[in-house]
Amino acid sequence: MSDDTDGGGRGGALPRVLWKIARLLATVALTFLGLLVVTFLIGRVVPVDPVLAVVGDRAPKSVYDRVFVELGLDRPLYEQFWIYLQKVLSGDFGQSFLTKRAITEDIARVFPATLELATVAILIGTVAGIPMGVWAAVRQGRLADQVVRVLGLVGYSAPIFWLGLLGLLVFYARLHWVAGPGRVDIAFEYSITPRTGLLLLDSAMQGEWAAFRNVFSHIILPASLLGYFSMAYISRMTRSFMLNELAQEYVTTARVKGVPEWRIIWVHALRNAAVPLVTVIALSYASLLEGSVLTETVFAWPGLGQYLTNSLQNADMNAVLGSTLLIGAIFVGLNLLSDLLYTLLDPRVRRQA
Amino acid sequence: MSALSRREWLLSDQPGSRRQARLGQAYRTWLSFRSNWLAMVGLAIVLALVVVALFADVIAPYDPVIGGDLRTERFLPPLSEGHIFGTDDLARDIFSRIVHGSRLTLMVVVLVAVIATPIGLLVGTTAGYFGGWVDTVLMRLTDIFLAFPRLILALAFVAALGPGIENAIIAIAITSWPPYARLARAETLTIRDSDYINAARLQGASSARILWGHVTPLCLSSVVIRVTLDMAGIILTAAGLGFLGLGAQPPQPEWGAMIAAGRRFLIDQWWVATVPGTAIFIVSLGFNLLGDGLRDVLDPKARK
Repeated sequence: MSDDTDGGGRGGALPRVLWKIARLLATVALTFLGLLVVTFLIGRVVPVDPVLAVVGDRAPKSVYDRVFVELGLDRPLYEQFWIYLQKVLSGDFGQSFLTKRAITEDIARVFPATLELATVAILIGTVAGIPMGVWAAVRQGRLADQVVRVLGLVGYSAPIFWLGLLGLLVFYARLHWVAGPGRVDIAFEYSITPRTGLLLLDSAMQGEWAAFRNVFSHIILPASLLGYFSMAYISRMTRSFMLNELAQEYVTTARVKGVPEWRIIWVHALRNAAVPLVTVIALSYASLLEGSVLTETVFAWPGLGQYLTNSLQNADMNAVLGSTLLIGAIFVGLNLLSDLLYTLLDPRVRRQA
Repeated sequence: MSALSRREWLLSDQPGSRRQARLGQAYRTWLSFRSNWLAMVGLAIVLALVVVALFADVIAPYDPVIGGDLRTERFLPPLSEGHIFGTDDLARDIFSRIVHGSRLTLMVVVLVAVIATPIGLLVGTTAGYFGGWVDTVLMRLTDIFLAFPRLILALAFVAALGPGIENAIIAIAITSWPPYARLARAETLTIRDSDYINAARLQGASSARILWGHVTPLCLSSVVIRVTLDMAGIILTAAGLGFLGLGAQPPQPEWGAMIAAGRRFLIDQWWVATVPGTAIFIVSLGFNLLGDGLRDVLDPKARK
């Protein structure tokens, strides 16, 4: 790279950051193009005939042939890809065979439900995971460490849909602590005017506190469940970052100076561990999208995950590919965001970029 | 040879032969693995899975697919006479179905490992060894696959290929190889310029021979650890596909599909859905414990 002239010192720091960001963006653009190729190819090998899906199986041969040409299926594959690329870039993912609406419209309708669930989940996961990881690192090898380790192992090993069903069985059917499947009871469904699509926010802004309580009691179980899985990951990573920091010399120095232990842990060490933790949290936010596919099925949550599985079971390929692409794009976007944050927040990375 | 002297022969500081040195090394690894009781629990669970899968016909008291009397034997609760885990809506013995389901689980794990590991090794070692544009192209490709969440990509592939356990295995394998490729590439980069590789090259060995005979064996151990660590994830993905109705199809006794079928009766007949989930949990816990233990023993760098 042309900016590798080493003598620059501090003066060269800013252009280097810019250069690194430009490179990241180029990588992301390329990856996104790859995502498109993959979804395009998946769409071509499906045994579902796209023409039949449009015209129905009673259409005469002439209609079939016309639609065949209209869909561009008579052209070579690279030309078809070029058309697909242009369409996607202009925001046209085609129409859903199931709902007869544009895919973008469908996704805009279901996405807030997933966003709300994932956001509450990541809040739970972060608020629980970081203190647990710190606690495990401070008491390394002792009981607290073992407890955190076992909780993590359960999170890595249990099928999320099974835990979801157990949760419904215990907390909904037996104990009646929470509401059952769905986002909100029908009784409250029309008392909230959708603005953001995030029901917790909407109901709170409109002062509908009864509806808010109902929405909360619906979301708390699936969100805690997803949050538990991010907690398992976040606490494990926090523990290892903290162990790393606590072994550094500045910690010894602080101890010698007589800085209280809580301050060393929570202020000195955790602040240094925070930079890689941002990356970890961004990544687990992205992986919640994956977990939401199974969780939404269990909890009849009308979000992107359920939309995807529904479309899959009905061979609605436009919808499947559209949602797959969107999830892939979010994944890439969050990866990029975490890389950028890492570059901007950590002076060491910034300098060597 | 008595037990004591065999042990001494294995742990000898001055092995007399290459075979003795290798066996001694393996024995030391085993000793250090054995001292980790959690890893031993994992090993026991995995071995139990293999044994149950091999002898499913002998262990299962009933047929996994054909049920009993629909009038009297439906929804028998666990610990009923003759049905330790109870029966499901078609009066089938849940214990027998779980025992037979272990074959499907083992098949998924083994086949995915057998398909994905060579792909990852091939892509990774090739990229690392040749470098340049080969490296760039292959690693970009790997990144694209890594950019999709695994279950979502597997879902899209199954949608294209059609539901069924074989297609689920192919889809999971297609989504599993990228991390192995990255790992193999990193290992290859560290040994690419070492003297013995140069020596082999100077002797006129072809690139394929160097890759296959000299590079791949050195990458194998770290990739195998990674595959073992991934097996729990593979089981969970396969179960998730089964749960969504895209993996194994009824009446196959696949655990994820069994949970999906039992979901309808969750409130009143809780055991139909929850017992197969426990099986998935125990087996993937076993693989996780085994993988952690193997990593601690074979890869001291990662220990913390």
